[in-house]
This record gives sequence, C-alpha cells and structure tokens, in this order.
Amino acid sequence: MTEEIKVDKVMDLKGLPCPMPVVKVSKAIKEVQVGQVIEAITSDPGSLADFPAWAKTSGNEILKTEQKDGLIKFYIKRKV
Amino acid sequence: MENINNINKENQVRDLKALEGMLKALKDELQGVKAKQPKEKLAMVVFSGDLDRALAAFIIATGAVAMGMEVTMFFTFWGTPLLRDPKKVGKGKDFFGKMFGMMLPKGLKAAKLSKLNMGGLGTGMMKYLMKKKNMASLEQLLEMAKELGVKIVICELSMQIMGFKKEEMIDYPDLIYAGVAKFLEEAMDSKVQLFI
Repeated sequence: MTEEIKVDKVMDLKGLPCPMPVVKVSKAIKEVQVGQVIEAITSDPGSLADFPAWAKTSGNEILKTEQKDGLIKFYIKRKV
Repeated sequence: MENINNINKENQVRDLKALEGMLKALKDELQGVKAKQPKEKLAMVVFSGDLDRALAAFIIATGAVAMGMEVTMFFTFWGTPLLRDPKKVGKGKDFFGKMFGMMLPKGLKAAKLSKLNMGGLGTGMMKYLMKKKNMASLEQLLEMAKELGVKIVICELSMQIMGFKKEEMIDYPDLIYAGVAKFLEEAMDSKVQLFI
C-alpha cells in the first residue's frame, strides 16, 4: 500500500526554531529541479502549520507528512 | 441595390472601428488596474528599538522572503539606532547629536527587552535562552536578511533629529535613506504592511 517516495535531497533541520526551517527549505527548493522531492526533518512543532502554509503560498506540494518521536518529516515536491 | 450594399459595408466598417476603439480602451484600463494591484510584497515600519520587537520584525521579514515575498523594512525613530555600527564613529556632531549618540543603543547587540529587562538581567537571560534553543540572534537575522535580499530604508528625518551620520550606520547592500513618501509608495504597492 505505502508507495515509496523517491527523495532527491535530505535536509536535517532538527533543533532549528522558527523561522529557520521554512527559510532553509525555501532556499533549498530552488536548488532542486521541478518535480524533484526534498525530505525535510524538523523538531519544531510550529512547522506542522508552517510548512503547509509555505507550500501553499510558494506553489509547491507536500506529498506526505510523518510524525515520529517528536520529529516531523515532510516530503516536499518542487512544483514551480 | 449596389448603393444599399455600399452603405451596409460602410456601416460595418464603422462599427468595427468603434469596437476596436472600445477594445483598446478596455485593454488600457485593464493594464492600469493590474499595475495598481498590490503585489506579493511586505512593507514594514520598524519604529521600535526594543530587542523583542526587532526580533519579531526580522523573523517576519525573513519568513516573508521564504514565502516568496519582496520585503522592505523602514527603520524610523527608535528603530534607527538598531542599524548603527558599533565599530564606526559619526564625526562632526553637534551637542544634541552627541547626546543622542551617547544615550541611544549602538546597534542590534545593544537592544534591550521592552519588558522584564531588570537592568539588563532579563535581556541577558533572554539571550541565553535564545542561544540554548538555537534561536537566531538579531545579528544573525540581519545577516540572513542581507543574504535573502531584504531591502532596508532608513528614515532621513530620524537621522537628522538624532544627529546620526551615514558613516556610522551598518554596511548593507540594499540600503537607502528616504522619507515618508518612499514608505507609502512601497506600502501602496504591497499586500502586507506592518508597523512594529
């Protein structure tokens, strides 16, 4: 059932509070090709709301969000 | 018969020309409306020189760039001394300028909390906590803003009133000195405006 997502870049953003996770991802997304996927791992609970808000505004897509042991994993696809 | 045909043709040409004119007028108007529409921009007034407010200002500014916005920060009144460079000296100041220069904080590092400062104890504690929680300092946030292309405008009037000299302000690639019209021009063109 679970479909493997092909990841092109992994970002470790653990321990970084607002606004760093979003700032760093917004920079990194420009460094991958359209259609490629970034896996971003954060420990900031605020990013649960921030990443979808950022994706919506910037026109990118969050394919999947996983939460485990206080960490949040986002799979972000560059769309534009 | 031929006469009627000719008249019809003339009428058609006239109608077509009128339509063309209307279309052009509409297009022009649409372009005007589009040009007037606010853009994905943030225009922010940084009025306060408090550490907490300056932190909020820089976090919003850098976050806005991440969201794809163009950001301009206008530093005025008590916000102006935040952009003094502690390593630089302003020369040729009058008495009041010297007083202001002495009494007001020199740069981001000297900013104090607006509440619970407790003679600097609270501010020190806040800075300790920020470091412990990996939070970026004001100086780091300014560096980030620079990297992200945040534009800075310093209020010319504040500079004059407080007697600050341009040579004592920070080095920043996108920095200009201007008045209220510059802020309003930017604000009218921005979807988000803030006063901090």
